[in-house]
Amino acid sequence: MKHFPLRLALGLSLAFGVSTAALAQAADNSHRLPPKKEEFSFEGPFGTYDRGALQRGFQVYKEVCGACHALQHVAFHNLAERGGPGFTEAQAKGIAAGYKIPAEPNDKGETTDDKGERLTRPGILADYFPSPFPNENAARANNGGALPPDLSMIIKAREAGPNYVYSILTGFHQTPPHGFAVTKDKYYNPYFEGRNIGMPPPLQANSVTYNDGTKATVEQEAHDVVTFLAWASEPKMEERKQMGFSVLIFLIAFAGVLFAAKKKLWADVH
Amino acid sequence: MSGPSTYTPKSGIEKWLDQRLPLPRLMHDTIHTFPTPKNLNWWYVFGGILTFCLVTQIVTGIVLAMHYKPDATLAFGSVEKIMREVNYGWLIRYIHANGASMFFLAVYIHMFRGLYYGSYKAPRELIWIIGVLIYVLMTATAFFGYVLPWGQMSFWGATVITNFFTAIPLIGTHIATWLWGDFAVGDATLNRFFSLHYLLPFVIAGVVGLHIWALHVPGNNNPLGIDVKSPQDTVPFHPYYTVKDAFGLVVFLIFFALFVFYAPEFFGNPDNAIEANPLVTPPEIVPEWYLLPFYAILRSIPNKLLGVIALGAAILILAFIPWLDTSRVRSCRFRPTMKWLFWFFAIDCVILGYCGSQPVDAAIAGISLVWIARAGALYYFGFFFPIMPLVGIFETPKPLPASISQPVLGE
Amino acid sequence: MTAATADDATRRDFLYVASGAMGAVGVAAVAWPFIDQMNPSSAALALSSVEVPLDSIQVGQGITVKWRGQPLFVRRRTPAEIAESKAVDVAALPDPLARNLNIADTAPATDADRVIKPEWLVLKGVCTHLGCTPTISTPAAPEGEYGGWLCHCHGSQYDTAGRIRKGPAPQNLEVPPYAFLSDTRIKVG
Repeated sequence: MKHFPLRLALGLSLAFGVSTAALAQAADNSHRLPPKKEEFSFEGPFGTYDRGALQRGFQVYKEVCGACHALQHVAFHNLAERGGPGFTEAQAKGIAAGYKIPAEPNDKGETTDDKGERLTRPGILADYFPSPFPNENAARANNGGALPPDLSMIIKAREAGPNYVYSILTGFHQTPPHGFAVTKDKYYNPYFEGRNIGMPPPLQANSVTYNDGTKATVEQEAHDVVTFLAWASEPKMEERKQMGFSVLIFLIAFAGVLFAAKKKLWADVH
Repeated sequence: MSGPSTYTPKSGIEKWLDQRLPLPRLMHDTIHTFPTPKNLNWWYVFGGILTFCLVTQIVTGIVLAMHYKPDATLAFGSVEKIMREVNYGWLIRYIHANGASMFFLAVYIHMFRGLYYGSYKAPRELIWIIGVLIYVLMTATAFFGYVLPWGQMSFWGATVITNFFTAIPLIGTHIATWLWGDFAVGDATLNRFFSLHYLLPFVIAGVVGLHIWALHVPGNNNPLGIDVKSPQDTVPFHPYYTVKDAFGLVVFLIFFALFVFYAPEFFGNPDNAIEANPLVTPPEIVPEWYLLPFYAILRSIPNKLLGVIALGAAILILAFIPWLDTSRVRSCRFRPTMKWLFWFFAIDCVILGYCGSQPVDAAIAGISLVWIARAGALYYFGFFFPIMPLVGIFETPKPLPASISQPVLGE
Repeated sequence: MTAATADDATRRDFLYVASGAMGAVGVAAVAWPFIDQMNPSSAALALSSVEVPLDSIQVGQGITVKWRGQPLFVRRRTPAEIAESKAVDVAALPDPLARNLNIADTAPATDADRVIKPEWLVLKGVCTHLGCTPTISTPAAPEGEYGGWLCHCHGSQYDTAGRIRKGPAPQNLEVPPYAFLSDTRIKVG
């Protein structure tokens, strides 16, 4: 049709304009670099979570990130569910019991002990991961005024979530460009908007000693914890993709049958 | 064309019902035997698709409402519980959220089809106007619904849109306070938006009933834009269009399923995965894609009140189309000039949508998007006035066929 | 137009039947998630069992714990209470069945069939009449004539094995599924 080239031309010029705009932004030193491209097992229509990565990533969260970052929407029983890290119910119970949950008031109606410390009880499967801080003010006070965000949905809450978080975690220890001023008490990370991030570099080589013996480089730790956090954001991803496959096969077959019926039916009209 | 009913009840139950509440007769006359032009093309399946979308949104919505908590401290968490803990909650939520986008995609195709084939022209003006009313109700419903998850975009989108009312001189702030139930968007606002979001779809269903009723008086228009002249021009709605609509629906469902199962967050905004914070505004506040063209028109006008008026006018002007278009010919198939202008209009809407999605200071090849949006808005309004009335008067249409059954003259 | 042949008609009917059948299958497959979403969520199921530590309960004392949204009575019986319960003629009871979800439905309401370890009585604290919570009888504040529980709503009286003895309640207090994880800890549900 005659108007096709017009639409094509418009589309191409739009694409060209957008890409030049994006590159121009990155060249300016206060804007962040586009995220690195890391490959993850859960990407694509047939992607699944690598169980080993999930368990190692959980270990990284537990031993490193959990000191400052909450995971409030994830419950301990989720750790034993299908499509997740694959812990048994007994293992999940053990993990839960290792956490201290604020206890209900005791018989005297107290919620703190003589020293003013919050009374706690061991976690059970039904509990959610407790926050490392009792409230936002305490979190900020312990982190130089910055609020470490809850990580339950961090992968969904950032554009290009997995690559973005991976880039932040592996983007420290770089030399700032000449003339760039790093704010006091902040750290240089070119993948963070503004390039000054309140979080100190969380991962070093061998920050954790992996239970399965995998070599704990920063890249490995980052890859694993991003996999775990992707699961935390989307625990139903595997079920979703599996169901999608069955649904699409059914719908395509159904469309085929209906198309044949339509053609047969309309044959005597045309 | 609605003529005398040809329904004859056969069984005892049918006779009993027919004398008391003639629903089977109604079904028979409107869905079974209803004479429909036999030349309707695939663009006509979207009416049936829209009915399916409305039912889907209502059913998934009612089920979500069994678990959702419309309280500012609980809403975000309740949505996460639906996603993680309610059996198949993730599926129902993704169907509902993506269903809204599918609903608007279908309604835009449906509206553009009506524009192209002149389905708004006499005697179908009221069908079109009722359709505009349905569209406005859909927009309101979608706006209320987007606030409910109480993410950052929910909250700040609500703040921006309810602040439109403060543009009204003298009483604007009072109206906004009345809408909010507080001095700003908050818990009171969320609760009432939930109530209204639950209510409006049923209002839409009622108005859709009127829309179909109004359609059944003159009967369907068709791609040739000429009237049905004899029964040979038509086929009964069932089975010809029930089967064709069913196929169209299943193809649509394939498209829908691709989003629900493989790209469920495609239409969403990452900021809405962050709980609402009244003290922190996201770097860019962006409405859902189906509202972007109107957002662009709003932002293209530097004056607050005029911008809001332009936004309202952009939607309301649709209701006047039956009178703005002066052409005696309905279908753009036979309107060579209008056909081009129609496609420019469609592209214009896409360009406006793109402008609406970008930050205010964005530019392409050195040209600020604000100026592109202004040009887009100019053509948007210009298409309705003066283009529609003038083209109708000065255009030379192609000769129309004699009838639907004999589209080639002299056959 | 040529008339449809018999062959065409059968092929068309097959397509109609096939479409209808696939549609029905589709509707059923879609219906299931909408029905299942009303079943208890995984959060509710995670609370479906509770572990009760027994070490702080003295002889002759009991505690009430919330289990599945309802009260659960855990009582450490005195030897006198156990003996009293064993002496009852089961055949003369208003409800002669054990109502113990850990054993067969038909088991009689002997004291042995109401407990796992005689010292520990674990009962759902829900009156089998209309669902109120019965009150425990203590030497200091006796409730009812049988040394067990009295339901103040309509006067049902239960004995030291939680069996109904008098009043409108039709059944003995239910013994929920439970097991000893150790001497000092039980898991209920």
